[in-house]
Amino acid sequence: MIAIVDYGVGNLFSLISSFKFIGADVLVTSDPNEIKKCDKIILPGVGAFEDARKKLSDTGLDKIIIEEAKRGKAIMGICLGMQMLFEKSYEYGEHMGLGLLKGSIIPMQDYIPSELKIPHIGYNPLIFKKQSPLFKYIKEGDCVYFVHSYFASDCEESVIATAEYGKELTAAVAYKNIFGCQFHPEKSGDVGLSILKAFCEMEDVK
Amino acid sequence: MITKRIIPCLDVKNGRVVKGTNFEGLNDVSCPIELAKYYSKNGADELVFYDITASFEERKLFTDILCKVAENVFIPLTVGGGINTVDDFDRVLKCGADKVSVNSGAIKNPMLIKEAAMKYGNQCVVISADIKRVDGQFMVFAKGGRENTGMEAISWIKKCVSLGAGEVVVNSIDTDGVKGGFDIELLKLVCEAVNVPVIASGGAGSIQHFVDLFKEIPDIDAGLAASIFHFGEVKISDLKKELKENNIRVRL
Repeated sequence: MIAIVDYGVGNLFSLISSFKFIGADVLVTSDPNEIKKCDKIILPGVGAFEDARKKLSDTGLDKIIIEEAKRGKAIMGICLGMQMLFEKSYEYGEHMGLGLLKGSIIPMQDYIPSELKIPHIGYNPLIFKKQSPLFKYIKEGDCVYFVHSYFASDCEESVIATAEYGKELTAAVAYKNIFGCQFHPEKSGDVGLSILKAFCEMEDVK
Repeated sequence: MITKRIIPCLDVKNGRVVKGTNFEGLNDVSCPIELAKYYSKNGADELVFYDITASFEERKLFTDILCKVAENVFIPLTVGGGINTVDDFDRVLKCGADKVSVNSGAIKNPMLIKEAAMKYGNQCVVISADIKRVDGQFMVFAKGGRENTGMEAISWIKKCVSLGAGEVVVNSIDTDGVKGGFDIELLKLVCEAVNVPVIASGGAGSIQHFVDLFKEIPDIDAGLAASIFHFGEVKISDLKKELKENNIRVRL
């Protein structure tokens, strides 16, 4: 069973549908005990970092996620959920993340050529940086769907794929049992579903 | 680098796709769910669902169908038609829509764009504008292209973007239905005026028209069409192959 952490941020409809579609058992929950019982955890999120991070601490779910991560449970953050796995975000100020991955979230604006549009919206091909069990069913160059204005930097340790948008932007990360996608696998057609499937099938990674 | 998007648009009334279709292998050509799956499987990058129903009961049917589509199709879904309030945004987003397109609703109340963008983020709010040349000027039309609003198109679009619209759909009334190609002149002006994705709509009659669009306006993000896809005149897979051969980046 996979827990999708429900902490009142964003719309989980498509994410839940995509797991159902690939035949995975998911439980959408905000109950710490339920989350502890599940084998894997998905941390979703759209919107602003500060607001989402606050909701995670207000509900106490941040502590549960950190504890479960330390116990070696596979956790995957998606979009803003991935960004929150890092140490810090500089989205409108400076905010502490969950600190499960080394690196910080910075605005694209200061980093990519000014003629490029922000947010980075659309399908962009993946450039692989490291092998990962997440890529079991996909190949380099497969396109995934992005919608974001901030991205993870200083994360050489965990980056497994990037996408080129003026500069190479962090697209997917993995370090031990912690995984993350900046893009939306639930909106990336068969490629995205294949990534979710690979995550579901993954053996315990300690 | 980001790929150019190809977007079929489906007009839905009473739970059915309005324009006729003739696809091989599709038993029910006007079933929105079947058609959405078909398009998704054959290379559509995104789908637009346009709710052209009027009554409350029909609207409920539309959202039920939207849920069914979103349960089965995993590419971005945009919904338009009858969006006048933030509650309307909420109604369709809960059913799995990713973006909501506003047209007349924003003309009546431009602050709808700002309210929705604050609540759901700019990426969620799409401004769709019906534009026609009147005495050499591009004007915004309302009520499905029947009524001249008296507003100049480029300034209207700029205003919408400054209020928080994260994407612009430009429907050229002059080229729509003619199948003589997209309105390059108008689209160029819009692309120069805003720094958010611009989607071209109205006028596509052949694969070559899409090639021309992306070649002549490198900044354009997507091409949208309805009948040429529905009638099978252009297959999205063929279209994408041709774009690729012309060195235009596409998702294959």
